[in-house]
Amino acid sequence: MKILVTVKEVAAVDDEFEIDGLAIDDRYVTADLNEWDEYAVEEAVQIKEAHDDVEVVTVTIGPSETDETIRQALAKGADRAIRVWDDALADAGLLDPETKAEVLAAVAAEEDPDLVLTGVQSADDGFGATGVTLADKLDMEWGAVVNDLDLDLEAGVASVHRELEGGVEELTDIEIPAVLTIQTGINDPRYASLRGIRQAQSKELAEYSLVDVGLDAAEIESPLEQTSLYEPETEGEATVFEGSPEETAAELAELLAEKGVTS
Amino acid sequence: MSVLAIAEHRRGELRPVSLEQLAAGRALADELGGELHTAVIGGDVEAFGSDLNREGVDIVHTVDIGEEFNHDVYTQAVTQLATELNPTVLLMPNSVNGLDYAPAVANRLGRPLVTDVVDIDAEDGLTATRELYGSKTETTIDVHAEQAAVTIRPAEWPTIEADGDATIEAFDATIDESAVKSTVKGFEEVGGGDIDITDADVLVSVGRGIEEEENLDIIHDLAEALDATVSGSRPLIDNGWLEKDRQVGQSGKVVTPDVYIAIGISGAVQHVAGMKGSDTIVAINTDPNAPIFDIADYGIQDDLFEVVPALIEQFQ
Ligand SMILES: Cc1cc2nc3c(=O)[nH]c(=O)nc-3n(C[C@H](O)[C@H](O)[C@H](O)COP(=O)(O)OP(=O)(O)OC[C@H]3O[C@@H](n4cnc5c(N)ncnc54)[C@H](O)[C@@H]3O)c2cc1C
Repeated sequence: MKILVTVKEVAAVDDEFEIDGLAIDDRYVTADLNEWDEYAVEEAVQIKEAHDDVEVVTVTIGPSETDETIRQALAKGADRAIRVWDDALADAGLLDPETKAEVLAAVAAEEDPDLVLTGVQSADDGFGATGVTLADKLDMEWGAVVNDLDLDLEAGVASVHRELEGGVEELTDIEIPAVLTIQTGINDPRYASLRGIRQAQSKELAEYSLVDVGLDAAEIESPLEQTSLYEPETEGEATVFEGSPEETAAELAELLAEKGVTS
Repeated sequence: MSVLAIAEHRRGELRPVSLEQLAAGRALADELGGELHTAVIGGDVEAFGSDLNREGVDIVHTVDIGEEFNHDVYTQAVTQLATELNPTVLLMPNSVNGLDYAPAVANRLGRPLVTDVVDIDAEDGLTATRELYGSKTETTIDVHAEQAAVTIRPAEWPTIEADGDATIEAFDATIDESAVKSTVKGFEEVGGGDIDITDADVLVSVGRGIEEEENLDIIHDLAEALDATVSGSRPLIDNGWLEKDRQVGQSGKVVTPDVYIAIGISGAVQHVAGMKGSDTIVAINTDPNAPIFDIADYGIQDDLFEVVPALIEQFQ
């Protein structure tokens, strides 16, 4: 059995930052593995550990700078990685879910996985739609926002919990092959061991261009164009207490006493 | 040049986003000079249909298929209805279920999809506003297409309350059962401890800023000093540091205490969804740009490890 896990490098922004055109100035940005993908990788590795003959392959759309992040997934137990990038993708502007799914689907068509795991959303652009779009392109079944997974490989069914709003979970049986978008909390992601980190260095990380995966650069034209980036005007009128921790704590204590909060 | 908004319901009730979409949809339809359609799929479509007959709606489509949400059925039904009506903008909720069918519908219709939209206008082509980097920034997106699919963020638009005079029409969707490959077996409430955080007058709520489980001691001490209840943001529950039913937010509980003290919580939209109705919101966070300060009434922009002990001292 083969599990394909989509892995994305996301940008975390510092407390203080400056905007440079349509992006946050590089100086204020740190790269990291997308939190939701971390849980997807862990789920795949746990399935691999529980069954014989499972291969876990990660796929990433991103430039070579993302290799370090991909190695994190390899260090946690993925077997090999694929990364797709070229000038056409670099020039494509905003990579919307459809465009990303198009690229990922091309890789999936080649790899022919039994299960695809993605994160529910990415922490930076938060579209939350790439996994289900990918499923539909692959003509696979899917489940979004999965926080519990029980695989019955013989019956070809994934029994999942989908986390709805307000503390309610939906219990659903999904035929595999399927794409599942993984919610945080489904497992307890491991830290990479020193051995894992060492092994990751020698695992295969294949680089493909669009042409390599059978796509025409002209197809990768996003219909969405980002036209501005700005700090939203705060609607809030918070009274901010100023001073040393002792001073601000005293002011807050006074406020709480006024509100009748004390034991 | 019409707009079609797909309603959402669960366990016999329309969800509020269904009526918020009518406000967003009516404004778009006015800009486009067209009609506003809304549709409800499954459940008691007659009752839902008349409930959706609100001011500004031209036609309500009822699709009498199944009881609860099933994404395979919804994907087929919405795709057929949208193909028939050919709306300029197809609106769906940016809810957990919305995200379970909207991308598939957009793909089948060959329309671009813009999700989690907080503002949208159709005056000069379609322009959507979204948030990036966990609400720290906003961005506008021009949609270069004649028609689009859009999911709107819940609680960003008002609900339309006034009754309308729409036509209610039944739509016959043909469901290919062989393409229904998922079966909803039921629902489960998330349990955990024996405290009901929705009952608390004062919540001391803690987020990832606390860093380590051991550090939670100061939060419990503060709660004790204030005679308050401890709740938290999702990462703490994911880590198993707090019980599941202490989670505040979209997938957790909606709370409305007199005082909500958010400590080391950034204010992600899914968290805010659960606590913004609190009477008085206090935030303690080192990041002056944290979105929590946008909804807080009072704030301390400082290290919780210094402020919380000092605060406990005040009450001893
Ligand atoms: C479908 C879905 C449903 C979700 N449902 C929920 C939900 O119900 N509830 C929920 O909470 N989340 C939910 N989330 C997750 C949500 O998106 C955020 O990831 C989460 O709320 C972040 O929690 P946080 O604010 O504690 O952590 P972070 O966003 O990491 O914020 C930590 C904050 O602590 C501050 N900080 C760090 N150190 C200190 C210090 N020493 N002193 C003071 N401040 C400090 C930082 O500045 C930062 O602002 C959901 C996500 C999805 C996709």
